[in-house]
Amino acid sequence: MSSNSFSYNEQSGGGEATELGQEATSTISPSGAFGLFSSDLKKNEDLKQMLESNKDSAKLDAMKRIVGMIAKGKNASELFPAVVKNVASKNIEIKKLVYVYLVRYAEEQQDLALLSISTFQRALKDPNQLIRASALRVLSSIRVPIIVPIMMLAIKEASADLSPYVRKNAAHAIQKLYSLDPEQKEMLIEVIEKLLKDKSTLVAGSVVMAFEEVCPDRIDLIHKNYRKLCNLLVDVEEWGQVVIIHMLTRYARTQFVSPWKEGDELEDNEKNFYESDDDQKEKTDKRKKPYTMDPDHRLLIRNTKPLLQSRNAAVVMAVAQLYWHISPKSEAGIISKSLVRLLRSNREVQYIVLQNIATMSIQRKGMFEPYLKSFYVRSTDPTMIKTLKLEILTNLANEANISTLLREFQTYVKSQDKQFAAATIQTIGRCATNIVEVTDTCLNGLVCLLSNRDEIVVAESVVVIKKLLQMQPVQHGEIIKHMAKLLDSITVPVARASILWLIGENCERVPKIAPDVLRKMAKSFTSEDDLVKLQILNLGAKLYLTNSKQTKLLTQYILNLGKYDQNYDIRDRTRFIRQLIVPNEKSGALSKYAKKIFLAQKPAPLLESPFKDRDHFQLGTLSHTLNIKATGYLELSNWPEVAPDPSVRNVEVIELAKEWTPAGKAKQENSAKKFYSESEEEEDSSDSSSDSESESGSESGEEGDSNEDSSEDSSSEQDSESGRESGLENKRTAKRNSKAKGKSGSEDEEKENEKSKTSDSSNAESSSIEDSSSDSESESESESESESRKVTQEKEKKTKQGRTPLTKDVSLLDLDDFNPVSTPVALPIPALSPSLMADLEGLNLSTSSSVISVSTPVFVPTKTHVLLHRMSGKGLAAHYFFPRQPCIFGDKMVSIQITLNNTTDQKIENIHIGEKKLPIGLKMHVFNPIDSLEPEGSITVSMGIDFCDSTQTASFQLCTKDDCFSVNIQPPVGELLLPVAMSEKDFKKEQACLSALHLLSKPR
Amino acid sequence: MIHSLFLINSSGDIFLEKHWKSVVSRSVCDYFFEAQERATEAENVPPVIPTPHHYLLSVYRHKIFFVAVIQTEVPPLFVIEFLHRVVDTFQDYFGVCSEPVIKDNVVVVYEVLEEMLDNGFPLATESNILKELIKPPTILRTVVNTITGSTNVGDQLPTGQLSVVPWRRTGVKYTNNEAYFDVIEEIDAIIDKSGSTITAEIQGVIDACVKLTGMPDLTLSFMNPRLLDDVSFHPCVRFKRWESERILSFIPPDGNFRLLSYHVSAQNLVAIPVYVKHNISFRDSSSLGRFEITVGPKQTMGKTIEGVTVTSQMPKGVLNMSLTPSQGTHTFDPVTKMLSWDVGKINPQKPPNLKGTMSLQAGASKPDENPTINLQFKIQQLAISGLKVNRLDMYGEKYKPFKGIKYMTKAGKFQVRT
Repeated sequence: MSSNSFSYNEQSGGGEATELGQEATSTISPSGAFGLFSSDLKKNEDLKQMLESNKDSAKLDAMKRIVGMIAKGKNASELFPAVVKNVASKNIEIKKLVYVYLVRYAEEQQDLALLSISTFQRALKDPNQLIRASALRVLSSIRVPIIVPIMMLAIKEASADLSPYVRKNAAHAIQKLYSLDPEQKEMLIEVIEKLLKDKSTLVAGSVVMAFEEVCPDRIDLIHKNYRKLCNLLVDVEEWGQVVIIHMLTRYARTQFVSPWKEGDELEDNEKNFYESDDDQKEKTDKRKKPYTMDPDHRLLIRNTKPLLQSRNAAVVMAVAQLYWHISPKSEAGIISKSLVRLLRSNREVQYIVLQNIATMSIQRKGMFEPYLKSFYVRSTDPTMIKTLKLEILTNLANEANISTLLREFQTYVKSQDKQFAAATIQTIGRCATNIVEVTDTCLNGLVCLLSNRDEIVVAESVVVIKKLLQMQPVQHGEIIKHMAKLLDSITVPVARASILWLIGENCERVPKIAPDVLRKMAKSFTSEDDLVKLQILNLGAKLYLTNSKQTKLLTQYILNLGKYDQNYDIRDRTRFIRQLIVPNEKSGALSKYAKKIFLAQKPAPLLESPFKDRDHFQLGTLSHTLNIKATGYLELSNWPEVAPDPSVRNVEVIELAKEWTPAGKAKQENSAKKFYSESEEEEDSSDSSSDSESESGSESGEEGDSNEDSSEDSSSEQDSESGRESGLENKRTAKRNSKAKGKSGSEDEEKENEKSKTSDSSNAESSSIEDSSSDSESESESESESESRKVTQEKEKKTKQGRTPLTKDVSLLDLDDFNPVSTPVALPIPALSPSLMADLEGLNLSTSSSVISVSTPVFVPTKTHVLLHRMSGKGLAAHYFFPRQPCIFGDKMVSIQITLNNTTDQKIENIHIGEKKLPIGLKMHVFNPIDSLEPEGSITVSMGIDFCDSTQTASFQLCTKDDCFSVNIQPPVGELLLPVAMSEKDFKKEQACLSALHLLSKPR
Repeated sequence: MIHSLFLINSSGDIFLEKHWKSVVSRSVCDYFFEAQERATEAENVPPVIPTPHHYLLSVYRHKIFFVAVIQTEVPPLFVIEFLHRVVDTFQDYFGVCSEPVIKDNVVVVYEVLEEMLDNGFPLATESNILKELIKPPTILRTVVNTITGSTNVGDQLPTGQLSVVPWRRTGVKYTNNEAYFDVIEEIDAIIDKSGSTITAEIQGVIDACVKLTGMPDLTLSFMNPRLLDDVSFHPCVRFKRWESERILSFIPPDGNFRLLSYHVSAQNLVAIPVYVKHNISFRDSSSLGRFEITVGPKQTMGKTIEGVTVTSQMPKGVLNMSLTPSQGTHTFDPVTKMLSWDVGKINPQKPPNLKGTMSLQAGASKPDENPTINLQFKIQQLAISGLKVNRLDMYGEKYKPFKGIKYMTKAGKFQVRT
C-alpha cells in the first residue's frame, strides 16, 4: 500500500503546481479545466492509458491515484468515461474504487453514468445478499434523476428481499431517493410502512431513520409497530438505537398523558414505594388513583433503561433525554449517574453533556446534587468546559453546600485563566443573589477582590458588586467610597461606567464624594469610552437635581462637551438631559418630574442562568446545543389532555407473537409465552455460537439445572425490564415463569431438587454447577482436561440413572401418566443419598397433590435452523424447526420438522438418513426416505428425537444417492420442555422444596 | 445525517475530504477557521459551529480536526461519537492516527470511510467487520501485494454484519488460545493546598485481548462486584446476567477491545497512594522565588510507585528555573512555562525531591496563584479500588485457553493545588 502511494507521489511530484491550479477551478465545469490546463491533460492521459490497459494491477494503480485525487478535493471528473468502463471489473478492489468514483461524479456526468446502471441492475438479482445490497447501495447513491423509476423499483423489490441486510440497505435507499426526488414521497411512505413491520433488528434503525427523514408527521404508521420497536430496541445496533429513541420520545409525547400531574411529588413517591412491591399490587393500587400510566408508556421507559449502560455516549444521552421528557419525575433520577460517567469522555462529549446537564440542573436541582464534586474544575480543562462546569455548580448551589462551593470558587478566582476567573466572579454574584444567607459574605469577598492586581478581575467584581448593591436597599456607603477611589486606577470601561452609575444612584448617601468624582470625570470626559461618557452625563444630571448648588456649573460644562461629541448617542443623550433638567420656557411639565424620572427606584437586575431559556428545546438535540432552531428540528409536542385511543397499538395476538420472535429477547406478558420467548432467545444465541453458549451451554450436562437456570434468566430479564423491581418482584416472576415453564412440573423439579440437594451436600462431582466451573477452571490445564471427560461421563451415567425409571412411561408431553409415575421416580435410584431420597419423596407428595395442567403452546416460533447449508450440501439445503407439537413417533421424543430444498438444477434422489452417531441414551425416529426431489423443489418431513432431556447434540448423516453429509441437531433447552399452568399456591409449594437451590442462585 | 467529512491539520490545511451525499464545497470550512482563530487554542474551538446552511461538528484528536458537515437536526453526540469511532478505527488500522499516515493510506482510509457510512448513516462501525471488509495494511501484506498483485480488499464477503454477534468474525483460528484481561484503574483527584482530598474518584476499565478459536462464550466474575458503582459495557456483554448475577457473560470480539468501563464513586473513600509536599513562594520585592517539591508514597499497599512524572504550568512571570532533582531529570520550557520532572520510581526510604530557585521577571508583580501540580504515576499489580476478578470460565469450545489477568493503577487527572 505504502509503496503504491509512494510511486504516486513520485509521479505527481512534477504536477504539483498544476494540481494546485486545478483545485481552484474544481467548481468550474470539467471541460473548462480540461482546456485550461494542458499539462493536466497529459497527466490524466497516462491515467487513462492505465485504466484501459489489460492488467488489473495497472488499473488498480490508476484507480488508487484517482481516489487520492478525490480525497484531496481535486477534480478528476474528465476521467469519467475511462473509469466507468471498469464498473464490471472482476477485481473487487477495482470495483469498489470505481464505485467510490462513480458516486462522487455521477451527478456531474449524468449521461455517462447511465452506462453503469445495467451492471447494477444485474447485480441486484445476484444470489449473494451482500452483492445485492452493495449494488442497491451504489445504485441509489448515484444522484441522477433519470433513474428515479429504476431506483423506485429496486427499492420496492429489495424491501421484500429475504435478507434483512438487503432490506436495511433498502431503508437507506429510501432517504436517498427522497432527497433526489421528493415527488416520490407517497410511494416511499408505502415502502416505509412495509419495512416498519419488519421484525429484524438490522432493519429497525435504518427504517426509522428513513421515517424521520421522509414522513416524521405520519405518527399513525408507528402505532402498530410501537411495542415491537420497544422490544427490539435493546438488540438494535447502537446508531439505530439513538434514532429510534428520539422518535419514540416524540411519539410518547403525543400518545400518552402526562405523568407529571399536579401533586406529582407525592404520587410519585408512593408509586416508588409500590414499584418495589410486586406488579399486581401496584396495578390495583394505582387504579384507585386518578393517573394510571399506560402500560405502553411504561414499556418504553422500562425497555430503554438498560441502554443507559451503553458504551456509546449518544445512546446514553438519548435515553437520558427520553427519561427527562417522558418518565415520571421521580424516575428520571437514574440518568444522572450515567451522564456524570460521560464526563470522563472526550472534550467534545463533555461539552455537549455538560450543556444538557446545565439545562436539567436549573429545573431539577436534586438530580445532580450528589455529584456536585464531579463538576469541580481542573486547571487543565479547556475554558469552555470550565465555564459550563461553573454554570452547573451555580445551579446546584444551595444553603447546604454554598460554603464548600465558595471555598472552591476562591481557588478559581485566582486561576491563571482570567476569562475563567471573571466568569467565577459572576457566578459568585449569582450565588449571592440566590442564597440570601451568603449575600454578605459574597459581597465582602468581592470587595476584597477589588484590590486584586488583575484588572479584569477587578472590573468584573465592580460590575457584579454594582448589581448586588442595586438589589440591596441597605446602605453600603463604605463600599461605594472604596469604589470611587478605584476610579483613579481602573481603566476597564464597563467597570468605570458601573462605578459612576452606582455613585449617581447613591449620590445622596455619599454627598461629599459624588461632586468630586464628577469634577474628575469632567476633566477626563473627552478621553473616556462612550459607555463611560453616557454614565458621566447621567451622574451629572442626577447631581444637578440633588445638589445643584455644587454641581450646576460642572454639569453644564459636561453637557456642553457632550453636545459636540462625535458619537450620535452621546449628543442625543445630552440634548435629552438638558431639556429635562435645565428649566427653560420651552420645557414642559416633564421637567417638574425630572427628579422622579432620574432617581426612581430601579428594579434590580435578575442574575439568571444563560441556560434558562433552552429548556423548550428537546434535550440532546442540535437545536438545544446551539439554542437556535436548527433546520429540520421537530418540536416535542405537549402532553395531550386526554390520551388518544391506546387500542391503536394493539396487534392481533398471532401477529404479535410473530413479530416479537426475531428479537429473540421478546418480553411477553403472558407467562407461557414468556417462557417460550426465553427459550427462543437461547435458540438464537446458541444458534449463533454454533453449539452452545453459557446459558444453555453450561447446562447442557443436565437439564434440571438448565431449567432452573432459564427460570433464573427470565426472572432477571423481567427484572431488567421492569425498572426497579426488587428481589421480591423477582421471585414472583420466577415463580410465574416456572409455573408456566417446565412440563408437568415435578419431573423437572425433582431434578432441580436433586441438584440442590447434591450441591447442598457439597458433593463436588455431582453438582453440575461446580462441575462446569471445575471443568473450565483450567488452573491445571491437562489435569482438568481428563477430569472433565470423567465428569461428563459421570454426568451421563447420572442422567441415565435418573432417567431410567422415568423412561418407562413418563413422557414429556403426556400428562395423564404423570402423577402415578412420579412416586416411583426417586426410589430406585441407588446413587442418591438417603436424605435426598427423603426429600424427593416429600416433593413427590406435594406435587401429586397439586393441580397441574399443560398449557398449549400459545406461540410457536417460526425460526428455522440450518441443518445443512446448500453450499456444503452440494445444492441440497436442509432447515429444521421445532413445531412444539406432541411427537407422533414416541412420547419422549421431540418432534422436529425438516424442510429439504433442492437448489441445484438436477434431481436429487434417495434422500435418507444414514449412519447415526448418537450419544448414549438418545434415540431417533427417522423420516421415510425421499425418492427424489425436483430442482427448486422442497419437501418437509418430520422426525422425532429423544434427547433424554438434555441438550446433547444428535449427530447423524443426511444422505443422498451419491453423497453423505454429516449434520447435527442440538435442541435449545426450551424446546425440551412443556408449558404448564399451575396455581400460585402450588407453585409456592414447589418452590419451597427448592429453597437450597434458590438461595444458591438468588440474584444479588 | 453526516454530509461530508473534512480532515484539517494543525496548520489549517484540508488534507482529506469525503462526501456521502452531494458534494459540499470545502469553502464551508472557512467558518471553522474563523472559529479556530477566535478560540486561539485548538482545544477551545467549539465542537458545534453553526453556519448559514450547514452545521459543523468537529472533534480534535491527534492534532487533527475531524470536521463533519451536517445540514439538518441530528443529536450532536451522535455525530461526535461517530467521529471518535472513526479516529479509533484509523488508530486500529494504522497503529497511529496522524496526518502522514492518513495521507500514505488514503485509499484504505477512503474505503473504510465508504463502508462506515451510507448516505450519512452509520453502516458498519465494528472494527472486526471492517477488518474483514478491508484488511489493514501490514508490512508483510504490502510486500506480498506488490509481488503478487493481490489487494487489501477482502475477497470473501463478510458475514459478521449479518450474524447475531456482529462484533465477532466467524472462523477465527489460533494455535495458542489466550485471553488476557487488564484491569486498569485511574484515580482522578484534586488535592488542596494542605494535602487534603477535595475530590477523588476511580475510573476503571477492563481491556481485553482475546485470541480464541471458534465461538467461545466467556464468563468473568468478580470477588466484589458491588464496588462497581456505574458501568458501561461493550455490546457483547449480556446485560441481564449482570443485572441478576453480577457476572459478565459474553461472546468476545476477536482481538483487542474494551470490555467494561466502570466508576467507583466518590462516596467510597479513595486511598490516595502518593503525597506531594510543596513549598513554592514568590516574593514581591525580589526577583527570585523558591521552589521545592517532594513526592512520596502514602497508601500503596506495599507496591512500588513507578513512572512518576510531575508537570506544572508556571505563571507567566517566571523567566527561568534553576533546580536540582534528587533523582530523575527535569526540564523547563521558558516559552510555554512548562516544568516537567521525570521522576521514575519512588523509593520510600528516600522520597525524591526537586529544589531550587525561580527567576522572575524584574518589576512584575508576583502571581496571585501558585501553579497547580499535575501528577502521573503507575502502580503495577494493584487495583486501588480493591476490585478483584474471581474467575474466568469458557464455554462452547473444547480447548483450554491460556488466561491472564493484570491489574494496574494509574493517575488520571491528578492535580495538586498549591
